[in-house]
Amino acid sequence: MNLLNLFKSRGGTAPVARERLQILLAHERVRLGPQDLLARLRDDLIATILRHVEIDPEKVMVKLDSDAAISTLEIDIEIPREKIVGDGKRRPLGDGELSAA
Amino acid sequence: MGNVIVVTSGKGGVGKTTSTAALGSALAERGQRVCVVDFDVGLRNLDLVLGAERRVVYDFINVAQGDAKLAQALIRDKRIETLYLLAASQTRDKDALTDEGVERVIGELKQSFDWVVCDSPAGIERGALLAMRFADQAVVVANPEVSSVRDADRIIGLLDSRTQRAEGGQRIDKHLLLTRFDPARSARGEMLSVADVLDILSVPLLGIIPESEEIIRASNLGAPITMNAGVSPAAKAYRDAARRLSGETLPIAMPTEKKPFLSRLFGRRAA
Repeated sequence: MNLLNLFKSRGGTAPVARERLQILLAHERVRLGPQDLLARLRDDLIATILRHVEIDPEKVMVKLDSDAAISTLEIDIEIPREKIVGDGKRRPLGDGELSAA
Repeated sequence: MGNVIVVTSGKGGVGKTTSTAALGSALAERGQRVCVVDFDVGLRNLDLVLGAERRVVYDFINVAQGDAKLAQALIRDKRIETLYLLAASQTRDKDALTDEGVERVIGELKQSFDWVVCDSPAGIERGALLAMRFADQAVVVANPEVSSVRDADRIIGLLDSRTQRAEGGQRIDKHLLLTRFDPARSARGEMLSVADVLDILSVPLLGIIPESEEIIRASNLGAPITMNAGVSPAAKAYRDAARRLSGETLPIAMPTEKKPFLSRLFGRRAA
């Protein structure tokens, strides 16, 4: 064993570990987790819309596209012409309300 | 209805089985009815850590496939009477467990236990996914080390997408258990700090288990650390973690380094 090593002060390597992990995980979360993100987005969107309009959760399409520069989120929701609104009464959609896609 | 917890990590060797045994026995010591379940088909070890390796007659797969009744397969601990083990099969291949079989067994266990603690195999494949599938809460075990933290991040992503709760739009409560923590090395900046790991993983901390010789000694003897070395810092940390799982709010003590005599005279008191 080299006694000199005892006196040599080596900087901690933890900050390097931390920085490498932060960069790596930022990438991996996007690369490995897009389906998860979409599933969660889809669930949140359905829950939000269901509070106002009755829709068929099966007819909600959420798509994420990305190229080098930008990502686009495409949401396609089919809403029936007549629907049940919050108070439970059936009524047709008024102007300015969500209309069928 | 019992609470189903998965103890998982992605990476192997970080302390899942040790933690399952320690948390399970700590919960059982408090009078709770606990069943620890080994999901590591082919490589069972929870029986060994609990000192029950010679008492396994029927295993998880026998019950899941209807070849044995749950009551026949459950092994009651000889020291804590509310602690039970459901062992993994050693001989069958991992495809012998099906979603339906596991769901039925977990459902039955929930009926008669307060806690069902599932010891996940390492990796992110079928066995690990089955272990987390029906969990209400997850204990993510990680060491303050880059590969373990990276794998823990993957597991957290899977917990949020591949569990029954996540698929049903519910949240799964996740807790981080930081194991094999060496306070001296962390203080010198040689090891990721607790704050670093929490910051990177953003999962609330359940406990910090200091690196301890007592853990190997306990597993040599086939007793969870909380039984064998009840007063050691690691045992205390596990016991506190179990109390936090039960909903108690306890401050988390940062393990302190074992200081030489002189600095102990002047240093802080160990928490």
